[in-house]
Amino acid sequence: MNAATETTASDVRARERVKKKPLLSIEQVSKEFDGTYAVDSVNLQIYSGEIFALLGASGSGKSTLLRILAGFELPTAGRIRLDGQDLTGMPPYKRPINMMFQSYALFPHMTVEQNLAFGLRQDRLPRAEIKDRVGRMLDMVQMKKFARRKPHQLSGGQRQRVALARSLAKQPKMLLLDEPMGALDKKLRTRMQLEVVDILESVGVTCVMVTHDQEEAMTMADRLAIMDEGRIEQVGTPVDVYESPTNRMVAEFIGSVNIIPAEIQADEEDHMILRSPELPVPIYIGHGVSSGIDQRDMLFALRPEKTILCTEQPEGDYNWAAGTVNDIAYLGGHSVYHVKLDSGRVVQTVLANRERRSPRPTWEDRVWVCWESDAGVVLRD
Amino acid sequence: MKSLTFTRCMFWFGILFLYLPMVILIIYSFNAGRNVQVWAGFSTHWYGEVLRDRQLMAALGRSLRVAFFSATAAMLLGLLASIAIIRMKRFRGRGLLSGMVTAPLVMPDVIIGVSLLMLFVSLQQAIGWPQGRGLNTVFIAHTTFCVAYSTVVISSRLRELDESLEEAAQDLGATPVSTFFQVTLPIIWPALLSAWLLSFTLSLDDVVIASFVTGPGATTLPIEVFSSVRLGVSPKINALATMIILVISLIAFTSWYVTRRIDIRNRRQQLAYQREME
Repeated sequence: MNAATETTASDVRARERVKKKPLLSIEQVSKEFDGTYAVDSVNLQIYSGEIFALLGASGSGKSTLLRILAGFELPTAGRIRLDGQDLTGMPPYKRPINMMFQSYALFPHMTVEQNLAFGLRQDRLPRAEIKDRVGRMLDMVQMKKFARRKPHQLSGGQRQRVALARSLAKQPKMLLLDEPMGALDKKLRTRMQLEVVDILESVGVTCVMVTHDQEEAMTMADRLAIMDEGRIEQVGTPVDVYESPTNRMVAEFIGSVNIIPAEIQADEEDHMILRSPELPVPIYIGHGVSSGIDQRDMLFALRPEKTILCTEQPEGDYNWAAGTVNDIAYLGGHSVYHVKLDSGRVVQTVLANRERRSPRPTWEDRVWVCWESDAGVVLRD
Repeated sequence: MKSLTFTRCMFWFGILFLYLPMVILIIYSFNAGRNVQVWAGFSTHWYGEVLRDRQLMAALGRSLRVAFFSATAAMLLGLLASIAIIRMKRFRGRGLLSGMVTAPLVMPDVIIGVSLLMLFVSLQQAIGWPQGRGLNTVFIAHTTFCVAYSTVVISSRLRELDESLEEAAQDLGATPVSTFFQVTLPIIWPALLSAWLLSFTLSLDDVVIASFVTGPGATTLPIEVFSSVRLGVSPKINALATMIILVISLIAFTSWYVTRRIDIRNRRQQLAYQREME
């Protein structure tokens, strides 16, 4: 991926966003439980029609934030506005927001049909209209022939579809998804991710989802926020967050990454040079970091798939390291090599298995790891 | 022919141990003679005697009435206590309440009886209510100890209930009260029913507490039976006991039969659905 096109793409998206007013704004929201902050001064804007993912490890506060949006928890401080309306103290049954629960929370004593009609019945809609809308929802998730079944008579994927239909039946302004694929097995998960996104896009509902699964967030979401210890670390498109992480936590949380401490030697407009005691040659980067940083100790973050593994010493005075193969994980499509550098640090590199049985470096072989000038990212320590 | 193994022997021994006394009781209820120990020919005479015995029938009626009202009150109070203990997270006295409400489970009946008697007496002196002791005080006493049992039964069911079901109902626009009636109650009603039945049985069964707090003209069936047996066991009691056993077995059998039918139907349906999915 080229750095130049990447910026323009996100620039275009950013401009589109400015035109749209945010549908939901979360302003300085905090939630305190017995002296610790589960959510710590969070500011977020969610735009109309987008699928937004809150991504974080367990205990990062993402679920608490979702429960605040649904109205099950009251924030200790801050405001939540939806479409200009202040939601902060509103009870859940008055909010124009619906949620799909991780356990699906289908009412076990009601049939699929009755589950879908539940929300509409609370609004006292005429019987004919309820029937009509339930019918349409059943069609949308292709569950018409299961309308009379109870939840325990459905498979996991079917239950999920009913839960999704139930949370969309009231045509909410915003849909919340709590670990939407959490209760499914791995194989079904990949299929349902795309199916759910298709349904959400056909309805055009704005959606906030919570997940700990980065693959799920990147597959389903237009934008995502990385949360850690109640704070938001970075917000952006999946590409932004993966290719240009703003700090070490984000870089390490999404995908795998080699972090090498390095010191700035030169920082010009079109390139910069870093020197690391762990590498035999300096690091050359094809662009400058914003000028005016007096801090010289930085971290060089390099993703394994952006490195090349060679069996001969590369030419050139920059961007390579020498070591021996320490460990190999053969994963079929590609292999992950753990290369122990001469300094003792172990770095990961990926070798695509393009040929069936070609000779590949093996344990204790002398190898070189090299990378392009735009492969890595410089992070502040 | 199956061999007579040790397990099989123990099984039959257990059955005999449990049911032989009842069988003897039933057999002697058909005894024609007045003496309980000597068989004097078959007769249904004592059944007629029981039904004609005004005093015994009145005691039965009182007992059923007290049991009905205590069970109903205990079920409702137990439900409220369970909601407070399990669902009201911000309620400070939760731990204390859940400990206190179940205290009568481990308290000897005699102590409950004495303490309630003292309470009623001193209340009467202080505020003039309850005036004397009778069915009212028995009802209050039975409700008090039945609440403990019904709270245990209901709260354990409520604790198992996935809270996200109630949250989902609220999320879909149901107020907390309507959530309770539309979601919580339809799911936990079997627990309410078993709490009611348990309380009903306990109340019907109680001699000790009732004999402390009852008054003249308010003798319940167990007290009536107990005092009449002290004057010598009459075959009438056998006949009464047989009728009670019959009613209880009938109820037990019906409930077993109904649940089994539902079970079989569900299993058949489940199998059919599974086959369809494959």
